[in-house]
Amino acid sequence: MEKTSKLAKIYLALVFIILYAPIFYLILYSFNSGGTMNSFDSFTWEHYAAVFSDTRLIMILINTVIVALLSALIATIIGVFGALGIVFMRNKSLRSSILSLNNVLIVSPDVVIGASFLILFTMIGVKLGFASVLISHIAFSIPIVVLMVLPKLQEMNSSLIDAAADLGATRKDILTRVIIPFIKPGIFVGFFMALTYSLDDFAVTFFVTGNGFTTLSVEIYSMARAGITLTINALTGIIFVVTLLLVIGYYFISQRGKKPVGLGVRK
Amino acid sequence: MQNKNSKSIYSVPYFVWILLFVIAPIALIAYYSFLDLSGNFTLDNYKNFFTSVYLKLTLSSFWYAFLITLFSLIIAYPTAYFLTKTKHKQLWLLLIIIPSWINLLLKTYAFIGIFGLSGPINAFLQVFGISEQQILFTDFSFIFVSVYIFIPFMILPIFNSLDKLNPSLIDASQDLGASSWTTFSKVIFPLTINGVKAGVQAVFIPSLSLFMITRLIAGNKVITLGTAIEQQFLVTQNWGMGSTIAVFLIIFMVIIMIITGQREKGATSYGKNK
Amino acid sequence: MKEITRSVIAIILVCIALFFVNDYLNKSSGNASDDAVTIYNWGEYIDPELLNQFEEESGYRVVYETFDSNEAMMTKIEQGGTSYDIAVPSEYAIETMKENDLLLPIDHSKIPNLTNIDPYFLDLSFDPKNKYSIPYFWGTVGVVYNPALLDGQTFESWEALWDPSLKGQILLVDGSREVIGMGLNSLGYSLNSTDEDELQEALSKLNKLTPNVKAIIGDEVTQLMVNEEAAVALTWSGQAADMMWENEELDFSIPQEGSNLWFDNMVIPKTAANVEGAHAFINFMLDAEVAAQNADYVGYSIPNAAAIELMDEEVTSDERFYPSEELRDNLEVYNNLGLEMLGVYNELFLEFKMGMN
Repeated sequence: MEKTSKLAKIYLALVFIILYAPIFYLILYSFNSGGTMNSFDSFTWEHYAAVFSDTRLIMILINTVIVALLSALIATIIGVFGALGIVFMRNKSLRSSILSLNNVLIVSPDVVIGASFLILFTMIGVKLGFASVLISHIAFSIPIVVLMVLPKLQEMNSSLIDAAADLGATRKDILTRVIIPFIKPGIFVGFFMALTYSLDDFAVTFFVTGNGFTTLSVEIYSMARAGITLTINALTGIIFVVTLLLVIGYYFISQRGKKPVGLGVRK
Repeated sequence: MQNKNSKSIYSVPYFVWILLFVIAPIALIAYYSFLDLSGNFTLDNYKNFFTSVYLKLTLSSFWYAFLITLFSLIIAYPTAYFLTKTKHKQLWLLLIIIPSWINLLLKTYAFIGIFGLSGPINAFLQVFGISEQQILFTDFSFIFVSVYIFIPFMILPIFNSLDKLNPSLIDASQDLGASSWTTFSKVIFPLTINGVKAGVQAVFIPSLSLFMITRLIAGNKVITLGTAIEQQFLVTQNWGMGSTIAVFLIIFMVIIMIITGQREKGATSYGKNK
Repeated sequence: MKEITRSVIAIILVCIALFFVNDYLNKSSGNASDDAVTIYNWGEYIDPELLNQFEEESGYRVVYETFDSNEAMMTKIEQGGTSYDIAVPSEYAIETMKENDLLLPIDHSKIPNLTNIDPYFLDLSFDPKNKYSIPYFWGTVGVVYNPALLDGQTFESWEALWDPSLKGQILLVDGSREVIGMGLNSLGYSLNSTDEDELQEALSKLNKLTPNVKAIIGDEVTQLMVNEEAAVALTWSGQAADMMWENEELDFSIPQEGSNLWFDNMVIPKTAANVEGAHAFINFMLDAEVAAQNADYVGYSIPNAAAIELMDEEVTSDERFYPSEELRDNLEVYNNLGLEMLGVYNELFLEFKMGMN
């Protein structure tokens, strides 16, 4: 097995290098005194200083994070229960129609989603701003949560539920002690995918925002015409390092408190 | 069954969401698809779609979406598999996701720099005496960057399926004399099919309407239905035609789901009806 | 399950904490004046210091949002739900917005600094008497090229683009009016032509250009030309200025047969909440020193004669970006061709794009 694990390590290393290449490229240029990503002049911290003095940018960043976290959270909750609802449906054709409806937002181009949500909001009379952006993000994240949670539900053996019921478990117990622990990997994956959808979104947010509320994506895309400043690279560098530290830190803390059993009910 | 009631109360928000944010927009889009520029009822948009320009676009979209999904799957599956064998697999998994949180436009600009004629890749090739290669604005770079964007969506569900695979099944198969390939194709792959399907859906479906990458990396040498829709909605303000294309995209998606759904062997639901 | 509940609580707490941080930043960053002026502009299209200066001098609070295309901005304003006091559309968008009754007339008595604007830039076809818009920046469409990568070619005429030696060396911007307009200009027709024969002729001519076209791209043209990814590009003068600032090899020229003259103007949308504030802002931007500072920051050409006096002569005498009056005679502003014709242009452009594959 020595050969396999060496091959595995090389393969994974390659994948990670490619995944991180653009990120490192961006961060490299964040230290560029030149002003653009075209040639590297000399090393400087000036762009990082510019980030901290740009209050508007920091506020936009914070807005973006709040919307991303909240929308991913709520979308995950709604999506998980939606997936449960789908899986327990008895009517096969209704089930597959709902599954198709679920994917409509994923297939639709952002422009179409943005435009139709905008029409919806103005028809209902929702004022554009934080609320409309949050609702829209929740709306387009739900389908991906469902997609990520469903496979785990499908793999679950229904006799687990029957056994639990036979042993006298309440409905709540079955949910919280049997089903959810089993599908937990799916829930987490769904949450992180929803986070990605929210952080990356431009078109939908653009259409439904207003009142001075804006996200980092919208700000960056609007800069494209005049050229994206290296302050954004510096911001990216900061976001990246902070996220990395949080993820690694969270992981090792949770590892210390856990028994070495891993996820889920079965191992 | 008792279960049905308890689940249905909590899943009400989901069904409300479907009504408000899926069915209502679909109805809106369908309504617009029958309007022309002045707001009158017309079937012209549909007639227009069946001209060679749009049919060619449809084929092009499908072809590229297929390629992107295929390569994503080929690269993602081994990645997910090797990841399950590592010591800190959840950590590595999270590290795979983190790059996807960096803004897409920025990453694409980075790729423009990396793949450029005077970028690092070409500089590297020149060390080996290979002349300057035109990497940008080619099919290769387009598919490469698209796979780059979608790959976490393929890796994660497959990882989840693989992670739960009972290793004794693999041992049993090998004990019974099956070759590695047979073990893979008859034991491992079928048991992870749900994860694969979820990944395929999460990649293929959005790939059909890619338009930003088609411009930034492919320089419009690749055009998809997404390109056409964006033009219709924003530039020509012809929401009628744009909506018509969107309607067709939705129809295509449903057809694909029906086709891939029929091969489903495992149970999708619980309860008395299977 | 415990892990899940813990994560949920952690997320909610983080959000609440961030919300308070934002609130604090908001309050400490300036006046909490209720009187706000909401500005909707292109990204990186104004010197942020000027916004601060405006806040100090006028007492209004500035709320700033950005957009990346005229059409998206128009859709936002038309749909409602927003109350932008100032928007900065391009000239063809202003015509459309007028037709769709989206603009408020501007009270010239409230903007005395209007006299600073060079009369050449006032009273243009897209907004007679400047009833609805005040010029902000302007420019042309032309050819940016890299002499170091070429064999001494110059681009005084559009025909130079069709030179077979330029195979795969030309970048075009992703705009149907720019590309088809260029085709029309190269045949000696107006870039506002609605004549079917002329358009078909332009398309056939453009189809012959496809071997020379490397890609059709958007704003990234700046980065690409600076990186010397291609030798020639059809682009707007503003972006050419950006490129040339970064890469000194590059040069820019406006072909003689004619080209496009574009404007970005300030307008007051009908849904504005603070019309007084909007006028105050316009007047502020028309001030000679303010306009000069803005021109320095953004780098595009300004129509403000008084400000030009204050600027570096090297910049303002550069005919590539401040073309003389005779050169300007050949330039045409885009007329609003109407949605149907715009659709025709787009179909032709789509056909052109498909011809590349």
